[in-house]
Amino acid sequence: MKYLLKGFILFISLSFSGFTFAEAVIPSVNKGDTAWMIVATVLVILMVVPGLALFYGGMVRAKNMLSVLMQVFVIFSMMAILWSIYGYSVAFTEGSPFIGGFSKLFLFGITPDSMAATFSKGVYIPEYIYVAFQLTFAAITPALIIGAFAERVKFSAILIFMFIWFTFAYLPMAHMVWYWTGPDAYTDAAAGSAAGATAGFLFQKGVLDFAGGTVVHINAGIAGLIGCLIVGKRIGYKKEALAPHSVTMTMIGASLLWVGWFGFNVGSNLEANGLSGLVFINTLLASAAATLAWSGAEWIIRGKPSMLGGASGAIAGLVAITPACGWAGPMGSIVLGLVAGIACFVAVTSLKSLLGYDDSLDAFGVHGVGGIIGALGTAVVASPALGGTGVWDYVTNSVGEYSMSTQFISQAWGVGVCIIWSGVVSYIAFKLIDIVIGLRVSEESEREGLDISEHGETAYHM
Amino acid sequence: MKLITAIVKPFKLDDVREALTDIGVSGVTVTEVKGFGRQKGHTELYRGAEYVVDFLPKAKVELAVADQLVSQAIEVITKAANSGKIGDGKIFVTNLEQIVRIRTGETGDDAL
Repeated sequence: MKYLLKGFILFISLSFSGFTFAEAVIPSVNKGDTAWMIVATVLVILMVVPGLALFYGGMVRAKNMLSVLMQVFVIFSMMAILWSIYGYSVAFTEGSPFIGGFSKLFLFGITPDSMAATFSKGVYIPEYIYVAFQLTFAAITPALIIGAFAERVKFSAILIFMFIWFTFAYLPMAHMVWYWTGPDAYTDAAAGSAAGATAGFLFQKGVLDFAGGTVVHINAGIAGLIGCLIVGKRIGYKKEALAPHSVTMTMIGASLLWVGWFGFNVGSNLEANGLSGLVFINTLLASAAATLAWSGAEWIIRGKPSMLGGASGAIAGLVAITPACGWAGPMGSIVLGLVAGIACFVAVTSLKSLLGYDDSLDAFGVHGVGGIIGALGTAVVASPALGGTGVWDYVTNSVGEYSMSTQFISQAWGVGVCIIWSGVVSYIAFKLIDIVIGLRVSEESEREGLDISEHGETAYHM
Repeated sequence: MKLITAIVKPFKLDDVREALTDIGVSGVTVTEVKGFGRQKGHTELYRGAEYVVDFLPKAKVELAVADQLVSQAIEVITKAANSGKIGDGKIFVTNLEQIVRIRTGETGDDAL
């Protein structure tokens, strides 16, 4: 009966919309969009467990394999809970330009009928799916950081750091870059500027970040860099063999990340439509180009193309296209991928030893550097003159005037604020934890391996 | 009786076993080992970090033979394990004081 009534009301309102309210937009949820967003959310979960866990796990020594798997596993679970308690509310409700409010603490007020805005007027998705999709982003970002200081930090210290960093770095960044009221409010110029004034600080600055180049990758990369600088090098760095124990595992992990990334980027469109197709092809081409670029650079400079290099290249390309994937054209994406592949290769193989920090699994070298290139490069590849889509103007309902220099300054704002914000929060958090409980395990524990000393088990019995 | 210990390249193991079977050797013991000789190690490169691998994998073949078979066994192992390239391995020959077949208690040449 209830459904009949709902159907009747819908029928009435639809018939009226044809005549009386031709201009009005009726918010509606589409089953195709909903189905796609459920799949996309699952794909992002696939990126974290097992994708990222295996990608990182293969690169450490066998005695630390389980510590990495466990860190990723538990961080993911912890962030999921924190997201539901206060994360979603603080990131995605209206507040100040820097941080949201508390109106949806404990997911208060959300029901199966609640809707979240997409990027098309009148098109919504169920809010629970939006909460879950954004949850996976909030969960993968802290997990990326552990690669920078793998093989030497206490499990307890990592969990406390992630709690602090998630609260004071991830949530404000997500709010600053992504929070807005949705497109429906942009009915005319005055309403548009009123709605714009409630958006996040960097959103108002015009920063383009489709799927998390700043919020996810630069954010995590900088935290990783600060972390490995404060924690210090692994025992035996540059003296003993610290080689990956299984590049095979790393390849499996990288491949799962690659597949899952289509959920990450294409899902960020929040709808299943033509733009989703563009995001998909951009993501695919950029990662393929970066794989070729890294492998090619390695082949020419180091003499042999390695599997680890190929896998690293794919990830570098995926990182770089993440902020740009909704505005670039396919050929622009290839160029962005090529640049990111080579730049990250140089960062990881030369810059790291030049500056002498021990970023164990290159969280900064790949996510930080690739993220910065992607964020700044977005201003270039988004240009309609270079095959990009330009930026949609929701007031005129058409593509607005595009100025590459103006957009580049906006992007630089995003990159700059992210570096400083994440850097300061990370520095304070690491120092605080170091003073209170200590960051590093004892030398004896580090030599024995974190699997035994921190988790009381061994990865391989052979 | 002699104990012949041959260190050979792992991919030559089947050829060595076949050659020894052909001349009537009825059993060998094989161990996967690592070591270095004139071939030295190789370098591995992981994201720009270079590691020298000093010890290379080899197969160690141990067999006990009667005195009259020693020179023939050495000859066929040398021939089968030879690739002409550095790292083909070595053969060590030592005197063997006693052999016992555990199941029957036979000793000496009878236990071979």
